[in-house]
Amino acid sequence: MSADVSSRSSRAAVAFAVPLFLALPVGVGLIGVVLPAFGYLPALGGDAFSLKPFRHLFAQPGLAASALLSHASGLVTTAISTLGVALFLAAFHGTAVERIARRALAPLLAVPHAAAAFGLAFLIAPSGLIFRLLAAPFDLDRPPDLLIIGDPFGLAMMAGLIAKEMPFLLLVAFAALPQADPRRRMQLAASLGYGRMAGFLHTVWPGVYRQIRLPVLAVAAYASGVVDVALILGPSLPAPLAVRLVSWMNDPDLSLRFMASAGALLQLAITGLVLLLWFVGERLVGRIRRSVGAGGWRLSGDGALRAASCIPVALSGGAIFFGLFWLLLWSVAGFWAFPAILPPSVSLQTWGRALESAGGPLATTFLVAILSASAALVLVVVLLEARRRQFRASAARAVRLSSVMAGLIYLPLIVPQIAFIFGLQVTILALGLTPSLLLLSAVHLVFVAPYVALALADPWFAVDPRYDQVAASLGHGSLKTLFRIRLPILTHAVLTALAIGFATSVGQYLPTVLIGAGRLPTITTEAVALASGGNRRVIGAYALLQTLLPFLAFTLSGTLPRLLSGRRLAMKRR
Amino acid sequence: MNLHQSARTPASGAASDAEGGLILRDVEISLDGRSLLALDRRVLPGETLTVMGPSGSGKSTLFAFVAGFLDPAFTARGKVLLGGRDVSGLTPQERRIGLLFQDALLFPHMSVGENLLFALPAALKGRRARGEAAERMLAEVGLAGMFLRDPATLSGGQAARVALARTLLAEPQALLLDEPFSRLDQELRETTRDLVFARIAERKIPAILVTHDPADAAAAGGDVVVIGAAGRGDEHARQPGAERAETPLRARALR
Repeated sequence: MSADVSSRSSRAAVAFAVPLFLALPVGVGLIGVVLPAFGYLPALGGDAFSLKPFRHLFAQPGLAASALLSHASGLVTTAISTLGVALFLAAFHGTAVERIARRALAPLLAVPHAAAAFGLAFLIAPSGLIFRLLAAPFDLDRPPDLLIIGDPFGLAMMAGLIAKEMPFLLLVAFAALPQADPRRRMQLAASLGYGRMAGFLHTVWPGVYRQIRLPVLAVAAYASGVVDVALILGPSLPAPLAVRLVSWMNDPDLSLRFMASAGALLQLAITGLVLLLWFVGERLVGRIRRSVGAGGWRLSGDGALRAASCIPVALSGGAIFFGLFWLLLWSVAGFWAFPAILPPSVSLQTWGRALESAGGPLATTFLVAILSASAALVLVVVLLEARRRQFRASAARAVRLSSVMAGLIYLPLIVPQIAFIFGLQVTILALGLTPSLLLLSAVHLVFVAPYVALALADPWFAVDPRYDQVAASLGHGSLKTLFRIRLPILTHAVLTALAIGFATSVGQYLPTVLIGAGRLPTITTEAVALASGGNRRVIGAYALLQTLLPFLAFTLSGTLPRLLSGRRLAMKRR
Repeated sequence: MNLHQSARTPASGAASDAEGGLILRDVEISLDGRSLLALDRRVLPGETLTVMGPSGSGKSTLFAFVAGFLDPAFTARGKVLLGGRDVSGLTPQERRIGLLFQDALLFPHMSVGENLLFALPAALKGRRARGEAAERMLAEVGLAGMFLRDPATLSGGQAARVALARTLLAEPQALLLDEPFSRLDQELRETTRDLVFARIAERKIPAILVTHDPADAAAAGGDVVVIGAAGRGDEHARQPGAERAETPLRARALR
């Protein structure tokens, strides 16, 4: 038995080592930011601690506006996305509308932020689809002179973020719903006379929200420190803080890096404040819900509100679908003047040129994505299996990652990327490493692994532990049981997790720009770089190419299991 | 995996008297210093010891202890001897104790035949020989010709038989049955029960059956130990055969 106890403690060590390993870059990166922020970076001649970088930072024109933009973007994006998800589920859970949304929105997981932002830009720009449709009734013969893309309040930027994040959160919530026992709770609420929406929001939503809270916080952190969407849709004078930080960090004048590091700490504080305010908001909403519930307000006639509740989700889903379609049209359009809704002539010229120049970046994107996603899968499987074996079989269905483990794994998603990637870049320079595919994949791994863990943890712990016991009693060791029983049973979940990891890597902009140092262009960095040029045909082609890789990954992950185990009925239901 | 030839040979009745069968020697399992159950029993080859008791009485703890899955949170004293071998310190895969659960738990990604081949010891070599062994076992449980079937298409009774066949193919030296009949309807339960106990007797395997159902205990035909709330007295047992009086019995449960 003592051997058993020691192997259990080694499993506990593994179960903690993996999250620590994944969170380590955040710690290293933060140190690499804090030191230069206070003037210490010997490589660039900073030998003494000082507050000069901060003085320099606060002297920048429009800094307060930049900070405020970042802050507002974090809060507004998260609040509207979460509210939209809650209203949609409350109105439509268990209906045909929900089933349609499930099917229609699932492919949106594959659309990277940048492509979604470009699509939205093509719709709402003065010369975009909406104004072309309005041209006839309002008698417009040229695009109206309006500042829509890059408006000073960042509304277009927030709209772009919401369009991408609301479907994402809705898909996460779909996965979380069954554990909140919605059917019986809704029936109970209905039998007490509650309307559908009130019943859902009071009895089911709190349980759903508790499960999707980490992704929600990740959205808040992402939106407050976003760079790619801000470059495409956001204001430029002043730009949100993170955008300005990147330009300082990449400035040929290396002394600006001290100020950039100080700015990264400011970004950390801004995101911290967003999260803090979000926590306060959570409590507030919880209190309101309780007091409304205690009042017994049934809201039984909620028909009109229900109908209206599909608008946010329909708008954001529609924006991405129509946006992608519009990107496609532009990529094949010949000459296409303003009021025409469809291009009068079509050519493949753009694609010919785009494919020629995009080959290298596509290959880089693919290699980095497959490397980081596979490495993440191995790490996550090691972690989940070690964690599972810490418990006795009878508890297996209740096994979760501990909150410390989950916190460490998700840390790279909650700390704004820019705050610690700067430091990683500095550390990499200090170590004398040069940008390489392997290095870039390693940095992507930090952001890919949390999503792989998020996707795989629940299915992993849900497999009946007695399967493992049966295999053991038949004389098979644990490795063989893992490869012959557990992984095959989880084929679908494993491939989905792999595809999610792959898509996450493809969409990474900031780590790729900063760690690749311009020497490892991916399809994403190339597409975002086109934003300033304004050549719509090329943008259309690149944004679609950027969507293509993750889309293929998801298609494969959906069809491969059917091919591998197509004969087995029970596997189809998984 | 090595094939223990001895596993099959001592099955000739009296040969196993000295060390044969499954012996639970001075077993006591406790949690946080509280004793959950204590048992000192010997199950002869081909016999079935029935352990009864309400849920929460420690049946599943005993099951986990014998199979080798006991959580370290529990403290276990005593030994499990199997055919003269002390298996207490061995991992579950070294113990050669077969398990049958309430659910058939056929691996869903494998065909019926693949499930059986997965159980067959590696020492039996050759594709053809292995396939024939699996087919023979299928015929033995009355499912000849089902090799290629998808487990998901089987009825409950058929799945239970495949589970039995899979367990037996691994040539276990003992069997642990965790209410294996409770999910079957009345008629199937009887035929499946008969099949299982007939195989146990024929192969001279000692077995422990954990159940709620008195009919299971009757069909098993062996000793019955009651643990937990129902047998709140320190010792509580029914011994149908006086010839088994020499096997010491001490079953008590403290909860």
